[in-house]
Amino acid sequence: MNAFLNWIEERIPMMRVANMHAIQYPAAKNMNFWYVFGFLATIVLVNQIITGIWLTMNFEPSAERAFASVEYIMREVDYGWLIRYMHSTGASAFFVVVYLHMFRGMMYGSYQKPRELLWVFGMLIYLALMAEAFMGYVLPWGQMSYWGAQVIVSLFSAIPVIGPDLVEWIQGDYVISGATLNRFFALHVIALPLVIVILVFLHIIALHEVGSNNPDGVNIKHKKGSLAEEDKTVYKIHEYFTDKYDIVDDVVPFFPHIVLKDLVAFSVFLFVFCYIMFFMPEMGGYFLEHPNFEVANPYKTPEHIFPVWYFTPYYAILKAVPDKLMGVLTMFGAIAVLFALPWVDRGKVRSWRYRCGLHKVNLLVFAAVFVFLGYLGGTPQEDWKIDASRVATIMYFGFFVLLWIYSGKEKTKPVPERIVL
Amino acid sequence: MSDVSVDTNESATNSEQPQSSGRRKFLTVGTCVVGAVGAAGAAVPFVASWLPSAKAKAAGADVEVDISSIQPGQMIGVKWRGKPVWIVRRTPELLKSLSAHEEQLSDPNSEVAQQPEFAQNQYRSLKEEYLVLVGICTHLGCSPKHLAKGAFEEYAEGIAEGFFCPCHGSKFDMAGRVFSGVPAPSNLVVPLYQYVGDDTIIIGSEAEAS
Repeated sequence: MNAFLNWIEERIPMMRVANMHAIQYPAAKNMNFWYVFGFLATIVLVNQIITGIWLTMNFEPSAERAFASVEYIMREVDYGWLIRYMHSTGASAFFVVVYLHMFRGMMYGSYQKPRELLWVFGMLIYLALMAEAFMGYVLPWGQMSYWGAQVIVSLFSAIPVIGPDLVEWIQGDYVISGATLNRFFALHVIALPLVIVILVFLHIIALHEVGSNNPDGVNIKHKKGSLAEEDKTVYKIHEYFTDKYDIVDDVVPFFPHIVLKDLVAFSVFLFVFCYIMFFMPEMGGYFLEHPNFEVANPYKTPEHIFPVWYFTPYYAILKAVPDKLMGVLTMFGAIAVLFALPWVDRGKVRSWRYRCGLHKVNLLVFAAVFVFLGYLGGTPQEDWKIDASRVATIMYFGFFVLLWIYSGKEKTKPVPERIVL
Repeated sequence: MSDVSVDTNESATNSEQPQSSGRRKFLTVGTCVVGAVGAAGAAVPFVASWLPSAKAKAAGADVEVDISSIQPGQMIGVKWRGKPVWIVRRTPELLKSLSAHEEQLSDPNSEVAQQPEFAQNQYRSLKEEYLVLVGICTHLGCSPKHLAKGAFEEYAEGIAEGFFCPCHGSKFDMAGRVFSGVPAPSNLVVPLYQYVGDDTIIIGSEAEAS
């Protein structure tokens, strides 16, 4: 058996990769439950790919047949309803875990040096995910599919000079039509999933190069030769890391310690996921909006148009600005500024545990404002909401302005040398 | 080849050194440029295949509408290029009322090119009586609702009739002119159209200047 494994190992480095990235990969021992969402996001990605492949087996991407083929999947294909609800619930679950994953990164400063590119790759995944989710939502060709596409695609018409021609090019017609549906299908099932999988691979490669952060933001890798023998980890760590660094005795190997913790989180996640999938797959109209149970009708606008819940914060920002081009720029700016976070934050201390009180308040207010914007963008228009969304939009950008100002000369608490549990 | 092999010992010891760095640079740049042109050329069919197909273009051809049966005050809708096009036969009273609220509009004189030149007037039409509009809000593409007989007063005091967009609350008067303080940036679009006789409108092209 050993001889056989060696024969393989000499030809493809299976065990070396497994050792380097899991069995002998050092992870801080104080990682808390906030650290499970990356794992959960990967699980949901696998779920989306598998259920997605199965859905394409019965879905027909044409304006005439798309809506009927989704009904066919729901009513006549064995377990078609289950596979579709796994996919639709998975889409919302993806954004839930990704938003929590991002908030974790903000709490513990996981975007700071040397993890800037790790954050940027994560943001690229988020961007690709938004495009993927938007195009997926168009495919069932219901009323909200159609009018949501109408609203999003016409955002591009705000671009000066080339806007209207660009919209025609994206649509492949003078209006959103079967041609648009067909190309969105191609992008949704082939192009963007490929992009996302590649970006996830790069995200993990970048993560394993710089190493995972931890709730204390304490370094676990020290300069070679700087640690006394009794301070070094007792575990076997791969020489890829020990050749370059001294690894402090605050780590555990990723497998099995962290993987088992992730599996506990996974089982809890499955309880919640399955409850929603079986008992409330529409989530009161937030996961699957009610107008989408009616086939697309280009001559009848639904009374209220909302995107799905995970886009509503940006939608509120778009609506808050009275000028069309400025509204579009502000909305994209709200995403762009997140890309710049590693450079906006000039602080040297990572975890909010050891940063100034203002930082904690600022971050919590930011999270609350994001949720509030989501509420404003996802409920019918009222007069007070316009002013509220303007205030909230200013506060959204205010988070970054404040952060830049106080992080330059911040009074921080002393960061411990070692992880204390 | 002859000048390369003049000193065989020299070229044997320095085989990694370019014999002529100028020539090598030229070849490198030349290869890159030709390669880039080739790549750009190869991208053309992929980009162009996203443009509206011949079928979509045919479906977007001009539409002929018989307007003889529209009663005063009545509005009909037709499809053109998959978009709703409205034709309203405006009453003389309505036409008179268009001047009354102009200070509430953001572009009362239709200075932004949202209409063919022939419609750049107060009524935004070829013949005063008939208003022809693309029924799509200039904000984000929803289709506004026609509110007549005082129903519009709920949204604009003292104005009995107009168009109201249910998506984000944009308001337009009965010439398709946008009110100020709403999300829509400009007046509703007037498509190209022409009359053939008194009873027929062709939407999609204008009469050739003669």
